[in-house]
Amino acid sequence: MNISKNIESKTIIPPLIQKSEKADGLENSINNESAENVVEIRNLFVSFGKKNKVLKGLNLHLEKGESLVVLGKSGSGKSVAIKSLVGLVRPDKGVLDVFGKDVCKLDLDGLNKIRLRIGFLFQNGALYDSMTVRENLAFTFLRHTKRNYSKEIDEKILATLESVGLEKAIDKFPSELSGGMKKRAGLARILILKPELMLYDEPTTGLDPITSREISELIKSIQAKYNTSSIIITHDLACAKSTANRVVILKDGIIGAEGTYEELEQCEDEWVRSFFE
Amino acid sequence: MIDSIKLVLDEVGQIFHFIGRFFKQIRKAPFEAREFLHQCYIIGYKSFPLVAITGFIMGMVLAIQTRPTLSSFGAESWLPGMVALSLIREISPVITALVCAGKVSSGIGAELGSMKVTNQIDAMEVSAINPFNYLVVTRILASTIMIPILVVLADGVSVFGGFVGVNIHSDVNLYGYFSKVLESLSFEDIVPAIIKTFFFGFVIGSVGCFQGYNASRGTESVGKAANSAVVVASLSIFIIDLLAVQIADLIFTK
Ligand SMILES: Nc1ncnc2c1ncn2[C@@H]1O[C@H](COP(=O)(O)OP(=O)(O)O)[C@@H](O)[C@H]1O
Ligand SMILES: [Mg+2]
Repeated sequence: MNISKNIESKTIIPPLIQKSEKADGLENSINNESAENVVEIRNLFVSFGKKNKVLKGLNLHLEKGESLVVLGKSGSGKSVAIKSLVGLVRPDKGVLDVFGKDVCKLDLDGLNKIRLRIGFLFQNGALYDSMTVRENLAFTFLRHTKRNYSKEIDEKILATLESVGLEKAIDKFPSELSGGMKKRAGLARILILKPELMLYDEPTTGLDPITSREISELIKSIQAKYNTSSIIITHDLACAKSTANRVVILKDGIIGAEGTYEELEQCEDEWVRSFFE
Repeated sequence: MIDSIKLVLDEVGQIFHFIGRFFKQIRKAPFEAREFLHQCYIIGYKSFPLVAITGFIMGMVLAIQTRPTLSSFGAESWLPGMVALSLIREISPVITALVCAGKVSSGIGAELGSMKVTNQIDAMEVSAINPFNYLVVTRILASTIMIPILVVLADGVSVFGGFVGVNIHSDVNLYGYFSKVLESLSFEDIVPAIIKTFFFGFVIGSVGCFQGYNASRGTESVGKAANSAVVVASLSIFIIDLLAVQIADLIFTK
């Protein structure tokens, strides 16, 4: 566990933990890890306008196969951080390595190649309103496989929907779906492209506890079945607990605390505790 | 005051930037034929009843209103020609464009605005689909092509409305009416009136797309996008109309 300090914060740094990190040798760890890391964010600065500085030197990495949960107050820049990974937000400064390529330095074609390996689940599923669930899945899939709709593709769509438990709603429009079903449909639309990295923006927000648990289970099963690495932004502790290998908490545009769920849950720091109450 | 002027100029600059992007995309990106045809259907076919009803009423009303003036000069036989001229040169294009600003431009503004707010545009972008090409280019093209077609149809319907209006107080047959109409119309009346409608269509599509595509975050911005689309599009239609009249005047008056 690691609780870092910044100017405004009153966070206490446990001295032992600091030492152990230094002992690792920073240079070595970067070189050795970068091959394994799916995502490597270094010194990321993002601001909107002159006044709204959102991220102020964020450092974050994600190992292959890992499932990282990001906590943080609303407005702390969690969404901004993952949006910058797919080129939706342009950072002021910093390195954003995804699959070993710096997304800031890529042209649109290069960026799109990376995007196709990433699945981004938006807060509300972001289904296309004017299309049925089937068309939503077909729309993205057909474009990237450059094929026409066929029986085979229909079966593939059905199979993907089955894997998220939504085969019955295949011909419904998004407006006819419940919140949980929208998330499932959004997930299916992503999974049909077989992503290697999943980014979830508050996957259980706005859902009842039972549906939340189902979605959390789904996230875990996707991780296992599709062999993905994931970053999960959430406020839902049950979801964090069941999905996380590692948890980071954002504070004032950088990482305020980091550790396993259990470590952070037992941490005595008042600010960290406030997330677990 | 200076601030608000700055704001307006800023917006105008952004719109021109947006239009520049449209012309860049249209040359480079692959054409989304299906979405284009779908938009033609929505913008053209679905607006026709409204355009036809307004056109018919305008034609009829104009005929009824013009008659007393003409008859006081004893020039009642000019009525069909006068009515048709006013309709085709000015009233039908402008009324149709305004109706479409209300229906099409605000519709596009609301649709794209809500797509923006609910992250659908972002979702397209992260799945490596070009949302500008798919959503904006198709809509601007469809309205640029469909508005002139609607205007031509409205011309026909409103001139027919004029026939009905003329017939309330006198008895002209359809053939007699239309032969008088055609007699009084010339090339200079029709062509400039049609040319300007392409600009109306372009403005209706691009203003709607601009307002929707650049909607800010939060649900209330959807309503705002739809609303500003109507306001800006209507105002632009009058400005274009003014310019078109001046230009046509320069070219066609000897
Ligand atoms: N596209 C944007 N334009 C302007 N400001 C933005 C934009 N996206 C995010 N912000 C600002 O960035 C801050 C962090 O937002 P966000 O990352 O969505 O927070 P959260 O941690 O709740 O996901 C907020 O203050 C928000 O106002
Ligand atoms: Mg967020």
